[in-house]
Formats: sequence, structure tokens, C-alpha cells
Amino acid sequence: MSLSILKLVSVAMAAAVVPVGVSIQAVGGHRQSRPVAVTTLLPGSITYPMPGEFLKDGRPQGNPRLERQLDKPLEIMTFQVSVGDYAACVASGGCQPPQETRAIPNDAPVTGVSYLDANAYARWYSEATGDHWRLPSDEEWAFAAAERFAGEFEGVENDANNPARRWLTSYKAEVELNIKPDPLPRSRGSFGVNSRGLSDFSGNVWEWTSTCYVRTTLAADGTGIASSVDNCGVHVLEGRHRAYMSNFVSDGKSGGCAVGRPPDNLGFRLIRDHAGWANRIFSWLGIV
Amino acid sequence: MFTRREALFGAAIGAAAVAAMPAFSATVTQADIKALPREKIKLVSPPFVHPHDQVAKTGPKIVEFTMTIEEKPVVIDADGTKLNAMTYNGSIPGPLMVVHQDDYVELTLINPETNSLAHNIDFHAATGALGGGGLTLINPGEQVTLRFKATRTGTFVYHCAPGGPMIPWHVVSGMNGAIMVLPRDGLRNDQGKPVKYDRIFYIGESDFYIPRDEKGNFKSYESAGDGYDDIVKVMRGLIPTHVVFNGKVGSLTGDNAMKAKVGETVLIVHSQANRDTRPHLIGGHGDYVWEQGKFANPPAKDLETWFIRGGSAGSALYTFLQPGIYAYVNHNLIEAVELGATAHFMVEGTWNDDLMTQVEAPKPIAVN
Ligand SMILES: [Cu+2]
Repeated sequence: MSLSILKLVSVAMAAAVVPVGVSIQAVGGHRQSRPVAVTTLLPGSITYPMPGEFLKDGRPQGNPRLERQLDKPLEIMTFQVSVGDYAACVASGGCQPPQETRAIPNDAPVTGVSYLDANAYARWYSEATGDHWRLPSDEEWAFAAAERFAGEFEGVENDANNPARRWLTSYKAEVELNIKPDPLPRSRGSFGVNSRGLSDFSGNVWEWTSTCYVRTTLAADGTGIASSVDNCGVHVLEGRHRAYMSNFVSDGKSGGCAVGRPPDNLGFRLIRDHAGWANRIFSWLGIV
Repeated sequence: MFTRREALFGAAIGAAAVAAMPAFSATVTQADIKALPREKIKLVSPPFVHPHDQVAKTGPKIVEFTMTIEEKPVVIDADGTKLNAMTYNGSIPGPLMVVHQDDYVELTLINPETNSLAHNIDFHAATGALGGGGLTLINPGEQVTLRFKATRTGTFVYHCAPGGPMIPWHVVSGMNGAIMVLPRDGLRNDQGKPVKYDRIFYIGESDFYIPRDEKGNFKSYESAGDGYDDIVKVMRGLIPTHVVFNGKVGSLTGDNAMKAKVGETVLIVHSQANRDTRPHLIGGHGDYVWEQGKFANPPAKDLETWFIRGGSAGSALYTFLQPGIYAYVNHNLIEAVELGATAHFMVEGTWNDDLMTQVEAPKPIAVN
């Protein structure tokens, strides 16, 4: 993460002329026999809590909420990558089999996949389709998930003289959320569609993002960042709450949240980066 | 209504409890602590222990330690089986730290950028914050300094505890060690009389869980993370593939056998951060054994085998009376012989015929 993230506050919204939430459904993956549903989101902005951990004067701070601008349209898979999608990658030798022993429907999201597995799939799928597919960044995911984005636990106290306040209040906040484990993945679409027309956000499958865990020390005078250390061996997952997991972990139940209940399952969806038709249309319209 | 005997007993227990409780230190200010003298300790690799006084010569101080976490492949048996180890200061177990009661332990923990995982440290000797684990989690490229007051005497385990499934995996990958908090006036026997040791050795026992391939051969992995899924499966079976002292089969035998002389008193500190064990000195004893490791309890006398609970460290004091080679084992002999938990002492000196002698050498069985 760069030192410039906090500066973005002032420039955010500068180009937010397009109403957020307008989306265009499309079908991509042209070299694939089985096309994947993709939704294009128009540029917009979000205000969301930055991922990672923040310190000031050596003490944990709440995650700063920043307004972030997404200035390009986002082409994102409408559904998570499915068991069937992923099996094709395994069959062609591009992916390791998922660490999944349960009987999961073929059209359910693939689970038991690590960050490394998700990236292997993105590489293979890019090759297979001739497009560039990648994991969304945490902020892209938050933008796409819209009202389904949960982020950090709220109501966590930071008492400079008593570090235990933070542990007690975050534990309590998590207990109060009363999230029941919901282990078995369901057929795609089971968790409904959000306001952007995308399916299954924040169901029982948490999604890998390309955002590294980062610990940031805020300047004592509050004007910026004193230092930050990335740990790209750990990536951010999003779902019913934010989670941080080592890249090689594929089993959500085995933990990884800073607080509280571990994710039920780990899966992913991808974003397509290309100067495709949608971007061309937007640039003709002068939006980008 | 209680009897006079109960009342006396109750009073005695009350007094003992007060004596054993750490002093309530809310009145100690940061300034008081800052004013304490400091001592910097250079840690050494087990089975050796950094120089220290058995009886404290001064009042409490701040004892500074630095440990660097090293993730590295290590060979754990004679067949070249590889473990993607995680270590405190490069050794399995991590170094034994020695302080006195009421000293402040100030540890700087360094996780170099070249590592790939986040780590922390949970001291069983410390109070609060998950033993310090809640205040010490560091990423590669970070360091952290923790101070805690050594309020209770004894030998205590420390280990990595970076959350969830990472905890057992880091511990059985080598991230554990022990700290010894000595009473300021040194160790005492069951009669309350001072006892001293001439030598001290630290033995950290590890249980390893190395996955095998289809042919039954041990697998090796590029990195710790690559082996994670497979190792967790073996761990869940609860049957270790290796049970070893100091990181490797044979790390305390042959050239590395521990040395002592007849008449010398040796303190053997033994930790097991994960799994129960039962040390036994073949041909010797435990003269005084702090089986649970806590010096506020009188030591047990004359033990043959003692029990170290998983997640604890104990110690045994023994004065060698005969020369020879002694095997110090985990007396689950399958673990000792087949899985590796054997160490040796080479003891020089004069044989004591009174204690043992071969009255008659082997010969054919006498008829009639
Ligand atoms: Cu660790």
C-alpha cells in the first residue's frame, strides 16, 4: 500500500458523474464453451473502512473510513466461480484439486480453495479465454458488493490505557452478531442478487481479494501515514465480515478472522481487465 | 461450625496462598520500572543455557532479550527427512531464558522480511494478553518489544500462537521454548534447604507430523505453506511421525551427548509445548523433581520417571553417582527408540562398587 491512500479523500467524488448501481449484464469468456456471466459496473465511489490494521502511538485504531473512487467500469463475474468451472481447470492441469471432501452441487461455488488456487485459476482462465482475469481488490469487491459489504466489526473500543477493552468489545460485538455457522455451499443464486445485479455476495462463501494484509502506523498528528508494512503472505477475504488468511489456507472453518467466527467457506470470483467492448462504449461516451 | 484443626489448617493455607500470590503491583509506576537497572542477555542454543546467577546478587532488574524468528528447512532424522521449521532464534526448541522472580522480562522479537509468516509469542510465565500473544503478533519485516513481570517461579513454556489453526501448526513446526524464573534466593529442596546445580541442560521435546507419499516415504515441500494442508491432516491423526529432543533424532547423542562428572549436580529442564511426555534417566534418578515445574511447590524426591504435561516445562536435579553412558529418554520406549526421543549423558569418574557390581560374569548356566 502506498503512502498516498489517505490523500485520496480529497480527490474522491471528483468524477462521480455516473449514477452508481447502473449495470449492464453481459456474457464473456468467448473462447470458452461455457460462457461465464459477467456484470459491468459503471464507475462510482464508495466510502468504506480500509482493510488491515492501524496503529497510532503504538495503539490499535479503528480502521479509517475512506471515500474511494473507481474511475473505470468494472467487469466482474455475476456469480462466484463454480465447482464445475474450477473442475475444468483441474482437468486441464491448471489448478490443484480443491481441499473439499463434501458432496457439493456442480453449480455451487467452488470452496476449499486458497488464494494461490484462486490465482492459478485466474491465470488458467485468462489463458483459456484470451482475456485478462484477476481477483478483485478489496475496494473493488466492496464496491461490487454494495449493501452486502460488511467490512470490519463496529463498536470496538480502543482504550490507550487498557488494551483489553479492545479484545472484550470486539468479542462482544462478534457474539452479538450471532452468526450461525452455515457450512454447506449451495447452488449459485441461492443467496440472492444485490442492488448491482450481482449474486451471492456475503452468503456462506467468503471471497479472496488481491489485497494484502497491511499494518499501517498513522502519524501522531493525524496527517498521514508514518509507516506501513505489507504482509502479502496474508490476503483479505470479504463476506459476512472481513477476514485475513494466509495465502495457502483453503479451509475457512479452520479460522483466520482477527475476531470471531471463521468464514464458513473460501471461494472467489474474478474481474476482467481488458479494453473490451464495454470500455470502448464508455470511452466513446466520454465516461472514462 | 469448624473445628480448631480446620481453622488452623485454613489459616495455614491462607498464609501460604498470600505468600505464593504475586505482589499486587498497581502502585508500581512506569517511572519506577524505568529506574530499574538493566541487563542484556545473549541467548545460547539448547541444550546449553546462558550464564546466570542461581541466587540473585541484586534487587529486581529489567532483563533484556532479543530473539529473531527464523523460518528455514531443517533435517530431523538420519534419513534426511525435512521439516519446514519455524524457530525462535534458529533453534528447536528456542533458547532457555533465565531470570529471577520479580525481574522484568523485556523481549524484542524480530520477524525478518525474509520470513513468510506472521508470528508472536505466548509466555506461560506472563499474565494477560494471551501470555503476550495479543501484543506481539508481527509480520515479516516487523519487530515488537514486550515487557512482563516474572511474578511466579518455575520453568514455563513459551510458544508461538498466531491464531486459529496457525497455533498448533507453528508449535509443531518448532516454535516453542522455555523460560526459567528462579526464586531470588535460588532453588530449595523438599526440606527448604538450598540446592545448587553445577551444570544445567535444556531439553525441548518436539512431536513432528511429516506427511508421507503413496509409497510411505516422507514428503518434502518447497515452503512451509506448501505443506500446510497435508501436515494438518497428519496432525489431526494425533500420531507423530517423530518425537525428538532438540529438533532432530540424535541431536543429543554421540558428539552432542551431554557431559558431566561423577559428583556433579545437573539440572535438566525439559519442556513439551504440545504433548505429554515422561522423562526417565536410565540408570539414574531424579533426586529432586519439579514435575509441574513450579518452584513454589516442594520437589518430589527420588523419582524414577516423571511426567511433563503437554504445554509445560519441568525440571529434575540429579547428582551423578556412577560413571558411564546414561540414556535420558521419554519412557514411552516406542517414542524413545523408534521415533527419536533419546538423549545421552557421558559421565566420567570412578566406579562405585558399593552401589553396583557384577558379582559373577556371564557363564554357562550352572548344572545342579
Ligand atoms: Cu509462529
